[in-house]
Amino acid sequence: MTQLALVIDLNVCVGCHACVTSCKEWNTSGWAGPMVDHNPYDADPNGTFFNRVQTFEVGEYPATETVHFPKSCLHCEDPPCVPVCPTGASYKREDNGVVLVDYDKCIGCKYCSWSCPYGVRELDEQEKVMKKCTLCIDRITDKSKPESERKPACVLACPTSARLFGDVHDPDSEVSLAIREEGGYQLMPEWGTNPANHYLPRRKTRIKIHEDELQRVDNPLHEEEREETVSVGASIDDVAF
Amino acid sequence: MHPAFSVIFLTTLLGVAQGLFLALVTGQYYSLANLIPAQDSATFYGMGSFLVLVFLGLGLFSSFFHLGRPERAWRSATMWRTSWLSREVIALPVFMCLVFLYGLAHYMQWNEPMFTIGDDVGIDLTIIIGLFASIAAFVLFICTAMIYASVRFMQEWHHWLTVANYIFLGLTSGFTLAAAFTAWRGIELVNFFGFWAAFFLVAGLVTRGWSLYRNVTLKHKSTSSTAIGVRHNAVVQKSQGSMGGNFNTREFFHGQSEAVLKLVRYTFLVLVFAVPAVLLAAAWATASPYLPMIAFAVQYLGLLFERWYFFAEAKHPQNLYYQSIA
Repeated sequence: MTQLALVIDLNVCVGCHACVTSCKEWNTSGWAGPMVDHNPYDADPNGTFFNRVQTFEVGEYPATETVHFPKSCLHCEDPPCVPVCPTGASYKREDNGVVLVDYDKCIGCKYCSWSCPYGVRELDEQEKVMKKCTLCIDRITDKSKPESERKPACVLACPTSARLFGDVHDPDSEVSLAIREEGGYQLMPEWGTNPANHYLPRRKTRIKIHEDELQRVDNPLHEEEREETVSVGASIDDVAF
Repeated sequence: MHPAFSVIFLTTLLGVAQGLFLALVTGQYYSLANLIPAQDSATFYGMGSFLVLVFLGLGLFSSFFHLGRPERAWRSATMWRTSWLSREVIALPVFMCLVFLYGLAHYMQWNEPMFTIGDDVGIDLTIIIGLFASIAAFVLFICTAMIYASVRFMQEWHHWLTVANYIFLGLTSGFTLAAAFTAWRGIELVNFFGFWAAFFLVAGLVTRGWSLYRNVTLKHKSTSSTAIGVRHNAVVQKSQGSMGGNFNTREFFHGQSEAVLKLVRYTFLVLVFAVPAVLLAAAWATASPYLPMIAFAVQYLGLLFERWYFFAEAKHPQNLYYQSIA
């Protein structure tokens, strides 16, 4: 079975919020919209978002590191928010594992948000129904788009390619490879929700340069070994070979 | 959690109604066994059932204020296989129907024994409906409590003590109301109901006290470290992706200081347990008709504080993602 998911590389994310704005732009006017704002240009700006970039500081000063942490629905393989829904509005798609809300069935009781440890569901203050990341379901399943554009808006927008999208059940997919080879992990594994989205850990980025890489092997003139013999005021004839 | 008044009124009003109904049936079964004098069908049981329905109706009414889309509430009965909320939505009208039938059978004096047990215990329609309605009352208690106890992320709630508290606090408030009701009608059963109210009050004090203690000593499974998956003890949030708060900060934080929480805790302990216990004892000693009514009013007020605290004391793991605005 297919399980579509995001893999987010925390080592690459620079916290620019491009995924947040592109998500809002695509989804507020699409199938999942509107995502209503209140006082967007005023004090106390408020609104519905499917994706938020948060910032954490790890360590103690001065040995601190900033971790930018994009957070959206993790599309759990065993989503705790689905069985608690009294109307069946909250469901997980059989064909691709995306967790969705049927906005015509939702009664806005908020019980699903209580049953999500990640806090990724938001009740829209105007629509009065629960909203959440759809993985841009209206985009990734749109056959009229070229293959390269059938990706969530956040993935396409990310300027550093920190977000990967694909089927985590396909062992040869880009996302499975990244999870396997770069230490992909799940959030709050203690709850057994088995999130499909994975995060790639923060790592120290080091480049190892060996001495011989600085020396040109094929270097007949030994340019770098030549002593500087040119004195100030020398003419071109003085330095000619 | 942010305590919502719709749910506070819903759960406390339903608890009172279920407790009062079980008190009525208890009274009827006792009188069947000739342990207490039998009461008039229409004026006592009919009126009592009407009172139960009033409380259930008020509870149902307040529940709609919790919904974003109350006009779609009928849909919420569909997922009873998996959702305790859905089960409650079914159990509540079933219980209301049975209470209505129970009250109707009493009011219409359908008291002809259908069969007899032994020589002289005649079983009439009201006793049979009363039995089924009592089962429905307990089912409703369990459904209501399991809505909270089944949320495994809320470790403060995810325990059988939550179910015990809902049952005992509902029973004590309902039996206290039964005592007040009989006192108002001038019936000699005030002390009978008062005794049981005190019994459930003590049981509720034990289980609620136990859960308060448990919640103070609780160790939460999730930490900031597991929330973002960085294995470091010093993880501090610097921004949460919104400047003016959002649904997650509104729904999952009560926004009150520790001092307020402490005050509410002591307030409900005094109002739900201490004051009604004293008043019920005084009512027993002085036979005053007003004391049970005051006891019920005080206890119900206390239950509002108790339910507020029940929500406020639950800490959701999602709060780890919303510790700091900027």
